[in-house]
Amino acid sequence: MSAAAEPLLTVRDLRSYLATGQGVVRAVDGVSFTVGQAEVLGVVGESGCGKTVTCRTIMGLMPTRTTYRSGAVIYHPRGDGNILDLREGELQSLRGAQLAMIFQDPMTALNPVRSIGDQLIEAVTAHARLSRSEAHDRAAALLTRVGIPAPDRRMRDYPFQFSGGMLQRALIAIALASAPRLLLADEPTTSLDVIIQDQILSLLLELQRDTGMSMILVSHDLAVITQVCDRIIVMYGGQVVEEGDTATIITAPRHPYTRALLGALPQAGQRGKLNSIPGAPPSLINPLTGCRFAPRCPLATDECTSWETELVETDGAGHRARCWRHHEVGRSKVWQASDSA
Amino acid sequence: MSQTWATSPSEILLKVAERAAGRTRRTARRRLVLISGLTMLGIAIIAIVGAPLLVRASPTALDVLHPLVPPLSPGHLLGTDQYGRDNLSRILYGGRIDLAIAFGATSVTLVFGTVVGLVAGYFGGWIDNLLMRIVDLFFAFPFLVLIIAIIAMLGPSIFNMFVAIWITSWVSYARIMRAQTVVAKKQQYVLAARALGYGRLRVMLRHILPNTASAVIIFSMVDAIGNIILAASLGFLGLGAQPPTPEWGTMISDGQNYILSSWWIATLPGLAIVFVGVAFSLIGDGLADVLRPGDR
Amino acid sequence: MSRFGNLPRRLVHLVVLLFGITLVTFFLLRLIPGDPALAILGSSYTHARATAIDISLGLNKPIWTQYGLFMDRLFHGSLGYSFFYNSPATTVILQHVPPTLFLVVYSAVLAAVISLPLGFISGLRRGGIVDQSTRVFFTISFAMPAFWLGIILLLVFSVHIQAFPISGFGSGFIGHLYYLFLPALTIALGFSTVLVRSLRASTIATMQAEFVDTARMKGISRARVLRRHVFRNAVLAVVAVYGVNLAYLISGTVLVENVFSLPGLGQLLVNSVSDRDYPVVQGVALLFAVLIVAINLLTDITQASLDPRVGQEIGE
Repeated sequence: MSAAAEPLLTVRDLRSYLATGQGVVRAVDGVSFTVGQAEVLGVVGESGCGKTVTCRTIMGLMPTRTTYRSGAVIYHPRGDGNILDLREGELQSLRGAQLAMIFQDPMTALNPVRSIGDQLIEAVTAHARLSRSEAHDRAAALLTRVGIPAPDRRMRDYPFQFSGGMLQRALIAIALASAPRLLLADEPTTSLDVIIQDQILSLLLELQRDTGMSMILVSHDLAVITQVCDRIIVMYGGQVVEEGDTATIITAPRHPYTRALLGALPQAGQRGKLNSIPGAPPSLINPLTGCRFAPRCPLATDECTSWETELVETDGAGHRARCWRHHEVGRSKVWQASDSA
Repeated sequence: MSQTWATSPSEILLKVAERAAGRTRRTARRRLVLISGLTMLGIAIIAIVGAPLLVRASPTALDVLHPLVPPLSPGHLLGTDQYGRDNLSRILYGGRIDLAIAFGATSVTLVFGTVVGLVAGYFGGWIDNLLMRIVDLFFAFPFLVLIIAIIAMLGPSIFNMFVAIWITSWVSYARIMRAQTVVAKKQQYVLAARALGYGRLRVMLRHILPNTASAVIIFSMVDAIGNIILAASLGFLGLGAQPPTPEWGTMISDGQNYILSSWWIATLPGLAIVFVGVAFSLIGDGLADVLRPGDR
Repeated sequence: MSRFGNLPRRLVHLVVLLFGITLVTFFLLRLIPGDPALAILGSSYTHARATAIDISLGLNKPIWTQYGLFMDRLFHGSLGYSFFYNSPATTVILQHVPPTLFLVVYSAVLAAVISLPLGFISGLRRGGIVDQSTRVFFTISFAMPAFWLGIILLLVFSVHIQAFPISGFGSGFIGHLYYLFLPALTIALGFSTVLVRSLRASTIATMQAEFVDTARMKGISRARVLRRHVFRNAVLAVVAVYGVNLAYLISGTVLVENVFSLPGLGQLLVNSVSDRDYPVVQGVALLFAVLIVAINLLTDITQASLDPRVGQEIGE
């Protein structure tokens, strides 16, 4: 459980609107959450629900000309200021040294024409003044730490000579080069084989425990999230629809969407039809009034479409859901058996 | 949707973003480019084809009494050359040759080169090898040198310009089309068509071609400009249209000697070339936007 | 694993290509109508003298034998004898190389200087003032024939403003730079249109790549990101375009040398064709072709050294 100390990161009413030829895409529409010290927060939701844009907005990596942001992101070790207001120069001192991010597809996340070593050393020297050999040694040590053997030789290689799993390890090394306190991992295992997925997840967990850094793990795969995270927020249509600690959410979800996600998880030994969620993800341009999940929700009533949604306290500390019928969201069948949590 | 405040943060943000999105949508009206290009070309074609109706003076009539008359003089809007021939009518009549090359030479090479590229890319193997070696051989020679050599062989004339371009220009299209075909061959839609048992010819013509044609069509606009300039260059070197037939390139060459005193003889035909060239450029850009939106 | 693993195969292709070039050059020339003896002797033409010239040029032998003799001479470093210049063709050609070579290199450098910054900035700030004005400028200049542009530049800068000389090659390195500025600029502008467009598109595509985000995420300065990641990758696409168009540029020199009265290979070629000076025409055409092949090879090598993935591709 996270310490009762001050949180590491607070996100308050974050909005990220993208101006496109088709209109304004409200990719992130009022998202709030906190990340505690040494805590792993999971962000789960379908493709297009705003998870990636949230992370990129926090890091300041959204295209500046077409992105309109409001809200606050507070990184507490730096003070109470909103880091969204920082200039590019000031943001640079945060990136790498305090906040780091790894991206979804390792094959495209590295510069193809420069060696792995080059790019890793660039990360290592970004916030520290080191001599050539010091930097080289630091880089080699990082590679070993993430499980890449023969680092001296591999540092001379180019990205196309690495497999997907190894590339992801190298990216983790790059992200950790300046010892950040918060790592944002955007679908780090999605492009990888299942076996490698496990390895990478274990690696991340191990590193998190050893360094005491916090992590935001983004995935559309609930199974991945539940293995690793202390707390979870569930996103839908650019909004947070449920938040709470992992155990509670997977045993007693309080939002129909979460319930449906859990229900869709294939069981070991399951045969026959997989449970999918009917309908399609909502449009983020001109979103519906009221609850955005209503069109696909088994519990929806007429009132749902006119209710101005907000996160409602359900049972227990810190467990909230964006549904006024939350008490009717039944226990998930999936986890009823392992109800010892 | 009821609002507690009239101007909540999200409302303000939305307004700002919407204004920006509106801007984006407006710039998305790039059809303007295509339309301007087509309009310019249309004007040029009408003026050139309708030359007899627009100008009284004959382009070849000598008027030794009125040589080197400057533009905006009575009876000669654009002046006369050293033989007293009316500049405006020479420009309009002269444009016929260059426009004919732009359309006639380009279209033939477009078709031929596309076919060769399609065949080479689709069948691969020794056919591809052979055809592309021939293409490489053509590419090894500086373009103009080869054309000059061919015209030297056949004798300078307008028709031989066409022939020279037909012989040499198809290679660019072949290369582009082959590259496109090789990529297209591996796409899902082609594999699906083959799996359904469609014949090779049908797959090539009705599946691959429509999806890859945009590249060669857009290139043909660039090529048209190149061909006009080529025709003018040959005229300039004395290897194209022969006197007294007016042609933009020959006019520029004639005017070179009088450049200091009578700039209009050499300068104005060049402006005509630029006008038509820009028209083709705009059409090419406009087509690129329409056929492949989002590339800009 | 060698980055240039493909090179031996490419060299074989090259030799085959060069053979093909000599073949085409040789036969193309023989097909041009016109009697060289007539052209050489002019008004002092007699049948006896013509026959003598035919024999010394080897024109009385069957064509394949002529080709054999030509190739044999070629391997011994000779291109034949030019009656017009009264010296070995090789000498004549070599005399005309410097201006053309200088012009080509000068134009290439100028083109790079003009187009790299403009293309890069156009791509970074899409729709900005640099982008829009560059596009307008180059759309117009692309439609200008090189020789016409040369004439206009001459008119404005040499005649009216008198900032540059009208013709000639000048002496000394600085002299060359000065005299050849206008002709090189003429060629470079045409060349730059394609380069700017290419770099712009390449920059836009590269900016969207995820590795740029990774680089930014590290906390390095924006300038470093642009220099070592964006530019470095965007420029790759341009190298290929550069190489191909450099070949076109060579044919551009033919026209520009005419307008600016430069004693280079282009002038030599045009004059020799009308003179029916076979050895010289052959030599120049061959030289051009070899130059183009060399440039293509250089382009490939540059690409391979800049992009480690290139050497891995099998075939072309």
